[in-house]
Amino acid sequence: MTIKTIYLDNAATTAVAPEVIQEMLPYFETLWGNPSSLYAFGQQTRSALADARNRIATHLGTSDQNIYFTASGTEANNWAIKETMFAYQNKGRHFVTTAIEHHATSHSAAWLQKRGYEVTFLKVDKDGLVDPEEFRAALRPDTVLASIIYGNNEIGTVQPIKELAAIARENKVLLHTDAVQVVGHMPVDVEDLGVDFLSASGHKFNAPKGVGFLYIRKGIKTKGLLDGGAQERKRRAGTENVPYIMGMAKALDLSVANMHERTAHEMKLRDRLINRLLSEVEHCYLNGHRTQRLASNVNISFEFVEGESLLLMLEQRGILASSGSACASGSLDPSHVLLAIGLPHEIAHGSLRLTLSHETSIEDIDYTVRAIKEVVAQLRRMSPLYEDFMAGRKALSAVK
Amino acid sequence: MSYSEKVMEHFSNPRNMGEIENPSGVGTVGNAQCGDIMRVYLDINDGIVNDVKFKTFGCAAAVATSSMATELVKGKTIEEALKVTNAAVCDALDGLPQVKVHCSLLAEEAIHAALWDYAQKEGIAIEGLEPPKSDIHEEEEEEEAY
Repeated sequence: MTIKTIYLDNAATTAVAPEVIQEMLPYFETLWGNPSSLYAFGQQTRSALADARNRIATHLGTSDQNIYFTASGTEANNWAIKETMFAYQNKGRHFVTTAIEHHATSHSAAWLQKRGYEVTFLKVDKDGLVDPEEFRAALRPDTVLASIIYGNNEIGTVQPIKELAAIARENKVLLHTDAVQVVGHMPVDVEDLGVDFLSASGHKFNAPKGVGFLYIRKGIKTKGLLDGGAQERKRRAGTENVPYIMGMAKALDLSVANMHERTAHEMKLRDRLINRLLSEVEHCYLNGHRTQRLASNVNISFEFVEGESLLLMLEQRGILASSGSACASGSLDPSHVLLAIGLPHEIAHGSLRLTLSHETSIEDIDYTVRAIKEVVAQLRRMSPLYEDFMAGRKALSAVK
Repeated sequence: MSYSEKVMEHFSNPRNMGEIENPSGVGTVGNAQCGDIMRVYLDINDGIVNDVKFKTFGCAAAVATSSMATELVKGKTIEEALKVTNAAVCDALDGLPQVKVHCSLLAEEAIHAALWDYAQKEGIAIEGLEPPKSDIHEEEEEEEAY
């Protein structure tokens, strides 16, 4: 018996759109010249690249000279954080970030700490929101940069970045936002947001893996991580990944053109999934903010069950999901994000992240609800924690 | 990290999952903080493990080792049951991914804890059996701090 696969892990990666593949093919097959070459064969790819950069910049409300292509969102985050702290160390050595960042940011922060920089990790509330006043209070005369994730990859909470950027600017602190889960999924206007840096990753919006970009506000002096040739306005060396960049521009064109419909569809299904699970499964909780939330993100903790078992049993029913960040799988600690919003360890271990796409159907959602109900019931029958709870013995897991 | 077919088979169809009413001994080990709790029920008659059941909160490795460990002690004498080691459980499952080997420790501990409980109830000493290290019921007072 073959089971239909229902892919609900779009925060991990997305399918490459067929139009994106078509867009890329000529740059493998015929237009494979080096954009730095002087002859026309190279100049053709140079102008294609310029066009891609220009389109991406337009979608983000900025000019093309502020968009720098990278190999990933991770590279963009590392660049913005490490190199900016280094470049402005005469001002100070203090960096501010949050407790719920992606590892690309939190591990860059740890890298800075090891080299004598000081890092403040802002707490978040139970919904995963940063308190703007706490942010203001954390900024000091020697604070160079703050980095705050725009839409959280695990719990989906969307931060008030515009408000936070205004506070940073009042205090003469630069603001970077990791917008990897946001670009291609929510309208983004970098000038209106007032951020100084913004990171994005192509494969989160139907472009291939291995390409991303960093927006850097004009006038900021930050060289990239790689030394070499004069590519990317001499800031990020290495021959441009032309096919993938062309694919990313096409993917963003498609996302922006259909954003309203896609988001409305995803939100409707997201809310159906959340509401059905919360009302039909006992002892489960939504993680992340109920409304200030990515359109595609559902993250729910089921008490008395463990996440890996939950995932494997869902996979047997054709449903592909994740428990916390995909990067956290294989590690034994529950997600730092779930702990930061105050979940006890045992409830964090029972978390399930389902991230939808514009291609998810209502039938997929209803099938998923049925499967989750079966699997959770099955795992609870096996759970000594549930047995204790039902017997009225003091359950070891705290009730939220 | 990937599991052997045997691990997946025991995870999907766990043997001896459930409870025993009025068991001869029960042992619960592990720690919800780490994401693994194993409880073993034993029915012992004339020094033989007549029946064994388990309940487990944990990953696939924890479920599969519980299932395999109960298979290995079922029908055995107490002395034989005591000799079921982590390594034996792991081997019977065709191995576990390195990061999951600690899960197999719980199976041996849970069986020992259940045997200890049996010995306490019967007022007997079982040679070579140590008191359980991490019986959860001993930690309940601390857990109330939540």
